[in-house]
Amino acid sequence: MLLQEGPADTLGYMLLGYGVILGIMAVYLVNLLLRFRNLRQDRALLEDLVDETEQSAQ
Amino acid sequence: MKPMPAGLRVLTGLTVVLFGLALYMVFVYAPREVVMGEVQRVFYFHVAAGWVGALAFLVVAIAGIIYLTRGGRRWDHVAVASVEIGVVFTLINIASGSIWARPIWNTWWTWDPRLVTATVMELVYIAYLMLRQGIEDPDRRAKLGAVYGIVGFISVPMTFLSIRLLRTIHPVVIGSGDPTAEGAFDMTPRMLQAFLFSLLTFTFVYASLLWHRLRLQSLADRVEELKLRVLSA
Repeated sequence: MLLQEGPADTLGYMLLGYGVILGIMAVYLVNLLLRFRNLRQDRALLEDLVDETEQSAQ
Repeated sequence: MKPMPAGLRVLTGLTVVLFGLALYMVFVYAPREVVMGEVQRVFYFHVAAGWVGALAFLVVAIAGIIYLTRGGRRWDHVAVASVEIGVVFTLINIASGSIWARPIWNTWWTWDPRLVTATVMELVYIAYLMLRQGIEDPDRRAKLGAVYGIVGFISVPMTFLSIRLLRTIHPVVIGSGDPTAEGAFDMTPRMLQAFLFSLLTFTFVYASLLWHRLRLQSLADRVEELKLRVLSA
């Protein structure tokens, strides 16, 4: 009967696993950052519009 | 929107440090498992991600109960933020589990109770997010979300208990499990330390993300408020 000499060679799967884990986390973080950036731009634009509207109403 | 609170800065910084330490413990401190080899190291973040998913969905249920009993839009914001994080980390759990399974079970997927219940749990909460998109009225959306979040939580203990109550190929690492499970291993002290540290780290990751996500929601609310002011002017 052949005996296993040491652990199985599964380094590639480990790297794939952590690539997926960290990759999904990174995608979510980037998604959050982009949403923050877009909302800040929207807020700045809308605040300018509100100021213009209120000034023209006066 | 107010500048980032000092508490959030500290929490974020601490989370980053803990994450770095967790990576060290997983790749350097913890020993290589004697049978499965390096792929066993996926276990530490695989389980930690599953823990965050369960924690996040528990928070959703609690927030739903508080919203229905006391009201307060903030609790609805907590729920939707927590669902989002829970869905992401449950996806990490399922995907990493599949990658670990390939060399150990010789398959990417099997219709095992744990895999099926975890996937059902993920789909339940993806449906939560989709359901919310289809409801215009904020109050109705919040109420429906609260009820859904409470009922949907049933999927979490079902997933956790599946490997303890049913015949399964998925190992039970803590406690006794099915002797036919493949991939089980006894943790050495260093493995246990790395495992517990990963759980702690991911708890901090969840808390940080939740707080940041809530700030995002506040910003979104402010933008909606400004849109209404522009439209009504």
